[in-house]
Amino acid sequence: MSKLEFPDCPSELIYMDNNATTIVAQEVIDEMLPYLQSNYGNPSSMHKLGAAAGNAVDRARDQVMNLLGVESPLELVFTGSGSESDNMAIIGTIRAYPEKKHIVTTVVEHPAVMGLCRELEKHHGVEVTWLDVDSKGRLDLAQLRDSLRDDTALVSVMAANNETGVIFPVEEIGKIVKERGIIFHVDAVQAAGKLPLDMSNSTIDLLSISAHKLHGCKGVGALYVRRGTKIRPLIVGGHQERGRRAGTENVPGLVAFGKACELAAGQLENENSCVRNLRDHLEKKIIETVPDCRINGVVDKRLPNTTNISFDYIEGEGILLMLNLAKIAASSGSACTSGSLEPSHVLKAMGIPFISAHGSIRFSLSRFNSEAEVDYAAAVMPQIIEKLRSITPFNQERKTF
Amino acid sequence: MQAIICIEKIISKTLSIAGILRLKVKNMWDYTEKVMDHFMNPRNVGKLEDADGMGEVGSMSCGDALRLMFKLDDDQKISEAKFQTFGCGSAIASSSILTEMIIGKTLEEASKITNENIADELGGLPREKMHCSVMGREALEEAMIDYYTKKGKEIPCTLIKQDVEICNCFQVKTSTVRNAVLQYKLKDIEDVTHYTKAGGGCKQCHHDIQHVIDDCWEEMGSGLVQLDSKPVDNGDSEQIRELLENDIARALRTDGGDIELVEIRGKEVHVRMIGACASCPSSQATIKGWVEAQLKENVDSEIIVVEVKN
Repeated sequence: MSKLEFPDCPSELIYMDNNATTIVAQEVIDEMLPYLQSNYGNPSSMHKLGAAAGNAVDRARDQVMNLLGVESPLELVFTGSGSESDNMAIIGTIRAYPEKKHIVTTVVEHPAVMGLCRELEKHHGVEVTWLDVDSKGRLDLAQLRDSLRDDTALVSVMAANNETGVIFPVEEIGKIVKERGIIFHVDAVQAAGKLPLDMSNSTIDLLSISAHKLHGCKGVGALYVRRGTKIRPLIVGGHQERGRRAGTENVPGLVAFGKACELAAGQLENENSCVRNLRDHLEKKIIETVPDCRINGVVDKRLPNTTNISFDYIEGEGILLMLNLAKIAASSGSACTSGSLEPSHVLKAMGIPFISAHGSIRFSLSRFNSEAEVDYAAAVMPQIIEKLRSITPFNQERKTF
Repeated sequence: MQAIICIEKIISKTLSIAGILRLKVKNMWDYTEKVMDHFMNPRNVGKLEDADGMGEVGSMSCGDALRLMFKLDDDQKISEAKFQTFGCGSAIASSSILTEMIIGKTLEEASKITNENIADELGGLPREKMHCSVMGREALEEAMIDYYTKKGKEIPCTLIKQDVEICNCFQVKTSTVRNAVLQYKLKDIEDVTHYTKAGGGCKQCHHDIQHVIDDCWEEMGSGLVQLDSKPVDNGDSEQIRELLENDIARALRTDGGDIELVEIRGKEVHVRMIGACASCPSSQATIKGWVEAQLKENVDSEIIVVEVKN
């Protein structure tokens, strides 16, 4: 059997897993460092250091507001992660409307929303309607309309899917939801910085975002709460964030978040032109050169940086291991890499057959990727796939034992 | 991952309590050089046109599948072995090394290779990848059974699955299924799934479970088996309750979970998982691999723990 060789293998890792997390931009590091070194005060303190920290948090809030088109600082709550924002939105709403015992969400949500809704369903007497997706990952808005009830507390949907990049029509959904006066939460963790978001002209009541997906730091997130939206706090016991999220502010993290959002606002155009072109190029080359592979999700309604490709008859972990040796970081929806026995819940919900779901690979790019990197990744894929296909017992004629 | 870490913590806790040697715990991706070598440069890949024995185990839906073939020489030793594997890096490596391990051996010698031998030969496998070595052992068994069947020879008893895992999805042993069928006179696979969870996942083992059911009924019909279905006496109930509510629940609580005793029916202990354990994808492994093992060891070796879902 031919030995795999990567003659053009670079010395540095090529990072194509930006939907998992991103590199912290240098400008962001520069901005936050003083808040670790000299301006280490607590924003609640009545002295110079405290004031400096407080001002920094205010400035960060302005920067995040600007990216999301938020009008008032009262509408933005800083949290510890995207997952916390999702939890606060959903639990906070359920607690604010104790008489309402119904949530509508989708079968392809991030585990932060899905796991929480399951928990509420199982142990807290909340009824959950799970909206289906079709084979391209799209929602049926008629099903959404039919699912809404008088006791529906909130509708929670993601703006864009982390695995496939498929974008949901949030404003169309929001229009249906708001006609019934129901609270509308959007998990925009993957969308922020990649799609334009404007809360000043939106149906969205609650919107979750996370810093580390847009070249900020891990452990920082935010929840937009439209003025007048009833919500109970999740973390209680301090006056921070106007009593809506207790705990001393993560000042350096927030400074980084602010700067990252400022940069992201300036890069939005670039994301949707340059990064999109890189993604399209990568995808096109792989599809052209590798037989029996397909793109998962509706092609023209996806995040500009994401592609999820299924390679039939093989398993994703092997692909990732070989990509890793070729110095490329990507991710997979295979069972083996998720630590469970089941492949990705998203691909499963889309009805992608096992033969394709196990061998799915997600490349998620960023503005830090170059054309040369994309060319290299596209060039190594055919030999990796061919190598694994030479080992598998399955093929077009024999699809399972 | 959280679930796996949680299980590992529980297991290592138990083992250290029991004073047993700590399991060699490896993290995902923590593959040895040998695993990587056999993954990147697998030996003996392919098919044998006129194989003496062939075994196919796993399936596409399970995410793991292996076809193993061998040929014997005039001395009845395995002269050639080939494999084809669909699965992760460790599945490919396990298959590859297995072919190297069996070549040159007689069938009797090869039949002594266990899944632990395969994992050891690779310098160890991450815990959550041990099933890859189990698949290797199973393919070897299947291939040998295929050989004996084709030749019309009697299948050696070492190959008749005594206490191997019958259901890989939920790690249920054949003996567990056997005991449940005998004790509760279970008639079909659905019942077996309810009692033991076996067969509730990918369904690949349904054929094997049916065999166990058929065998048990044959035995019961011929009066070979003395059925012992008297309920566990009160002393046992107390002991079970105490063990569950004190030691087991306490260990689970340190990981944010908990367990509740619902009822004791004969040798069936019905429990409900609470808190972190309830949503833990590995709760089955916790119940079967740990809770049940504890009760079997300390109270009665025939106890079966059944999870009650809300």
